[in-house]
Amino acid sequence: MRDLAARLTRHTEGLLLLVILLLGVLLTLASPYFLTLSNLVDLVESYSVTAILALGVFVVLVAGGIDISFAATASVAQYLAAYVATAWGLPALPCIALGLLVGLALGCLNAALIHYLRVTSIIITIATMSVYFALLMWVTGGKSIYALPDWWSTRVVLWQTETASGDLVRITLPVLVAALAVLVTWLLMTRSAAGRQLTAMGGNPEAARRLGVNIAAMHFLAYGYLGLMAGLAGLVQAHRVGEAVPNAMYGNELNVLAAAVLGGASLTGGIGTVGGVLLGILLLAMLQNGLNLLGVSPYFFQIVIGLVILVSTSITGLSARARRRDRRAVPA
Amino acid sequence: MSTPVLAAEPGLMARLTRGGMPGNAAGLMGLLIALVLLFSALLPGRFATYGTLQSMMFQLPELGLLALAMVIPLISGGLNLAIIATTNQCALLMAWIMSTWLPAGAGGPETVLVVGAALLAGLILCTAIGLLTGFLVATMGVHPILVTLGTKSLIDGISIWLTRGTVVSGLPESFQWLGNGVLWGVPVPFLVLILAAVAVGLVLTRTGFGISVYMLGSNLEATRYSGVDTRRVLIGIYTLSSILCFVAACLMLARFNSASAGYAQSYLLVTILAAVMGGVDPFGGFGRISGLMLALVVLQVISSGCNLLGLSQHLTLAIWGLTLIAVMGVKFLVAPWLAERLARRPA
Repeated sequence: MRDLAARLTRHTEGLLLLVILLLGVLLTLASPYFLTLSNLVDLVESYSVTAILALGVFVVLVAGGIDISFAATASVAQYLAAYVATAWGLPALPCIALGLLVGLALGCLNAALIHYLRVTSIIITIATMSVYFALLMWVTGGKSIYALPDWWSTRVVLWQTETASGDLVRITLPVLVAALAVLVTWLLMTRSAAGRQLTAMGGNPEAARRLGVNIAAMHFLAYGYLGLMAGLAGLVQAHRVGEAVPNAMYGNELNVLAAAVLGGASLTGGIGTVGGVLLGILLLAMLQNGLNLLGVSPYFFQIVIGLVILVSTSITGLSARARRRDRRAVPA
Repeated sequence: MSTPVLAAEPGLMARLTRGGMPGNAAGLMGLLIALVLLFSALLPGRFATYGTLQSMMFQLPELGLLALAMVIPLISGGLNLAIIATTNQCALLMAWIMSTWLPAGAGGPETVLVVGAALLAGLILCTAIGLLTGFLVATMGVHPILVTLGTKSLIDGISIWLTRGTVVSGLPESFQWLGNGVLWGVPVPFLVLILAAVAVGLVLTRTGFGISVYMLGSNLEATRYSGVDTRRVLIGIYTLSSILCFVAACLMLARFNSASAGYAQSYLLVTILAAVMGGVDPFGGFGRISGLMLALVVLQVISSGCNLLGLSQHLTLAIWGLTLIAVMGVKFLVAPWLAERLARRPA
């Protein structure tokens, strides 16, 4: 048993899993409603957009970069798709394709600036974030698009059932899209050569370049992938709320970043797993859901996020230091 | 963070493309002159006036002080994402003390006492936040982005929780002089900014602590092995950054006559933008206060000019972002040319 605990706590993912299980038990004891199927499904659905974004951010983090502009990218993609859907009345497929392409293009623009100007990614994406978002607000005048076409705003229920207690459980489209995003990201990072090369570049860009990794292509892959995910998240977000509000997603960048980092993706690159990111999101989702169920003021949530980030990063930082000390103490 | 280690030969080339580039200040100065000429031509008789200059001197200090609070951690190779949160919480505390403790129609001595108490409380709060942040950065071995992301959420959360997102207002008129007064024809907030900038500049270049900040930014391990107590320096860096937030909080409170957890949130990333435009290396180790101030003036001229032209606030932000990208692009194009010139010069 102690062996298992030691093995679990050695990795961030294991530690997170322990915390999540503990939190789950506590919440179940505190509120009988927590461990019901409908609540858990709601929890997953409400964090689907965050999950899609965090997966994209995770890929950039593993590649050794950072991107702040994704929320602005998502807003631009969402608004443009909503505009052509309402003003021009285009059917579903071209609109969705446009949203995804806009996301991809803006991500690739980030990659081009980062790669060819050789400026650190946080600076470039702060600049492009300002540019993307400010231009969107300027062009649209901050006006929302409320009358989304039916194909977009209608809830798509893929599967539903009624539990014994009479609650309706529905698996909806956002959950499916998030699940697909998880699958694709997992395949990309663990089952493809490109994923290995991204990880190698994040670990040591110079070494990766000398091994023959095409750094330019990797930059375009990482930031382009995040752009695509941002476009997708923008479309799903509009689907969930039934309108396109230009500044709805803006300002949420740091929380998404926190979710990815919480799951063990390192800001210095080369480290992180899809499972870890999912656990990070699950922890945040459970905390918010749990605080809601316990009737804690929603104003309190931000404090909890701050504490969770501080505690989790402290634990990872201290355990990494302890591991280094162990290695020094016991020469192999 | 991606490191631009891809340049074929390091050494001179790398040094020039990093922050310590000699042409940086000259380039910014040229850009500033070009902008002033452009706006003067576009707005004859309206841009190049004393009124415009004065209004710019009123608007610049808030961003300027926040940028100073950001630049010290940046030079040390870190980042303080909590500056806005710290500033707002400090302003809220001071506003709360002044609006609740000061009875209506209070006399002079009483006002001085309460304002003094509020300032002292704000300073203590900021110092405490800075010490705590510095301690966490120094002992946890985690990147400051993460630590300050956590402290930012925590501080913002506490402010929002306590105020429920409302605005606290009602300050004594004498305090508002700090934000709206004019001394010898120069706005008081601008004088405060100049004082703070000179002080920070002196600390960074003329004290042992300042030299350690630059060394830390270049190489933390090497600095530690050369006998510098890096933990103490780190704690000093984040404390100084927080104390500058206190000064910014005083100015903002005096100018807006109110405080809220939501003020100035959009400035957070703009301060990084200004610092990098001013030649501060985002990886740390290089950067001057004079460069930062020049970049701030460029941003303010763009903002005031666009405002007079009747362009939207949003467009100004977009132009700021584009300017930074353009500055980066020019640096990238000019640096190899400059390196070639220097290499050709006989030794």
